[in-house]
Amino acid sequence: MRPFTYERAASPAAAAKAAAATPGAKFIAGGTNLLDLMKLEIEAPAHLIDVNGLKLDTIEETDEGGLRIGALVRNTDLAADRRVRRDYGVLTRAIVAGASGQLRNKATTGGNLMQRTRCPYFYDPNMPCNKRKPGSGCAAIQGFSRSLAVIGGSEACIATYPGDMAVAMRVLDAGVETVKPDGETRTIPIADFHRLPGDTPDVETALDPGELITAVTLPKPVGGAHFYHKVRDRASYAFALVSVAAIVQKDGSGRVAFGGVAPKPWRVEAAEAGMSQGAKAVTAQAFADANPTRENRFKLPLAERTLDAVLAQARA
Amino acid sequence: MERSGIFDMSRRGVLAGSAATAAVTTMPRAAQAAPAPAEPATGHVSLTVNGERHDLTLDTRTTLLDALREHLQLTGTKKGCDHGQCGACTVIVDGRRINSCLSLAVMHDGDEVTTIEGLGTPDKLHPMQAAFVKHDGYQCGYCTPGQICSAVATLGEIADDVPSHVTQDLTAKARLTNDELRERMSGNICRCGAYSNIVEAITEVAGEKA
Repeated sequence: MRPFTYERAASPAAAAKAAAATPGAKFIAGGTNLLDLMKLEIEAPAHLIDVNGLKLDTIEETDEGGLRIGALVRNTDLAADRRVRRDYGVLTRAIVAGASGQLRNKATTGGNLMQRTRCPYFYDPNMPCNKRKPGSGCAAIQGFSRSLAVIGGSEACIATYPGDMAVAMRVLDAGVETVKPDGETRTIPIADFHRLPGDTPDVETALDPGELITAVTLPKPVGGAHFYHKVRDRASYAFALVSVAAIVQKDGSGRVAFGGVAPKPWRVEAAEAGMSQGAKAVTAQAFADANPTRENRFKLPLAERTLDAVLAQARA
Repeated sequence: MERSGIFDMSRRGVLAGSAATAAVTTMPRAAQAAPAPAEPATGHVSLTVNGERHDLTLDTRTTLLDALREHLQLTGTKKGCDHGQCGACTVIVDGRRINSCLSLAVMHDGDEVTTIEGLGTPDKLHPMQAAFVKHDGYQCGYCTPGQICSAVATLGEIADDVPSHVTQDLTAKARLTNDELRERMSGNICRCGAYSNIVEAITEVAGEKA
């Protein structure tokens, strides 16, 4: 790990200001992904700004009937919250499908949105990777791509967004509240938060330099039955090959987003019109522009079958 | 439409290809990194470990795991993968189990840490330690301190009504079943494969509490 200086931030705005003013600065919250990458020197911040003391760790009801989840609410606490379990079950299901109990105790709501891909070439500093080292090339596209993106990738990068929580937040139409170094606040729709790689796969989110996530908002509950089905190589503590976050209403209509298939949680709203006609009607449209490799094309039928299983459970 | 340019490779071809790629792309790490301080920076932290307060000045890079093992000589907590994948480093911080390898010591100012040495002693074992002995919940023993810290905290999480991936009804209170224990303990790997006995040990302790 490379040396770094360390400070504890006094307020969200001060943290953002310090991040913009200090070359090579990064925020650290749970640190479960950042420290992993720092040990491999894939991340090498010169300065860490510890935001854990910022008291952004409460879940409050909003005037609109939804919830505002502080950026520092731990995954365990968010998943266990009674309001979330009752009204946003897809979110609890997604969180507990990811990582381990130890990691969920440390990982935060904001940090989880920022977690980086588990593409094996991103993790291997000896290999070219446009995300880790812009311009060096992509070893994944012609390499071992089984776990990687089937849609939304580019000639520069086919890494997937690895998380589960954000996939549920995508079907819930969450908003990401932030503060910028100049003190300005804004809400970024979760749909726009994660970026597709294009020719700059190193730029992964819509955040400006120094901008700090302060909360995630959920609109008022939409009812329906909530599902998060995750298909992976072992039954626990593994990343998704394909996951399906879905909310299905009694009349068969609903919403669905897919994880493990794209550089961001993959939701195509127009495809949801096909929900009542079955899984194929949805996935045919949601994955119409898919561009898989030989190794990962299995994800397309797998996504359809996983959604089919969800819809069958919803009807039961 | 499938991506073009995919070709079948023999194992030999893959190895040769990787070596060649590595040769042309490897470059000094310093060239890739942001400007770093010339001297390793230090930070100050006060934390309580197993009831005893410690004031430490550490290289900021020191993980909680290394602080425990190398600076406080509490070597009961083990370093396995050092990347949060194996659970050998599990300790309990402010009542919650975490991977001590994936946390910086300087981030734990004011925290209360419990390690395996703080749960019990050879003369007065914690019930979970006694149950692991009774049920032979280990073979080589390297993962055991992490397993035991994790198990103690797992029972706390069920009591605190934290749901898991195998919890059927999210609106009901969390229950203690065999499936629940197996899911909740999945962050602790045992290469010797003592899982069945570990579950039996935890189940016995849970039964005594119930």
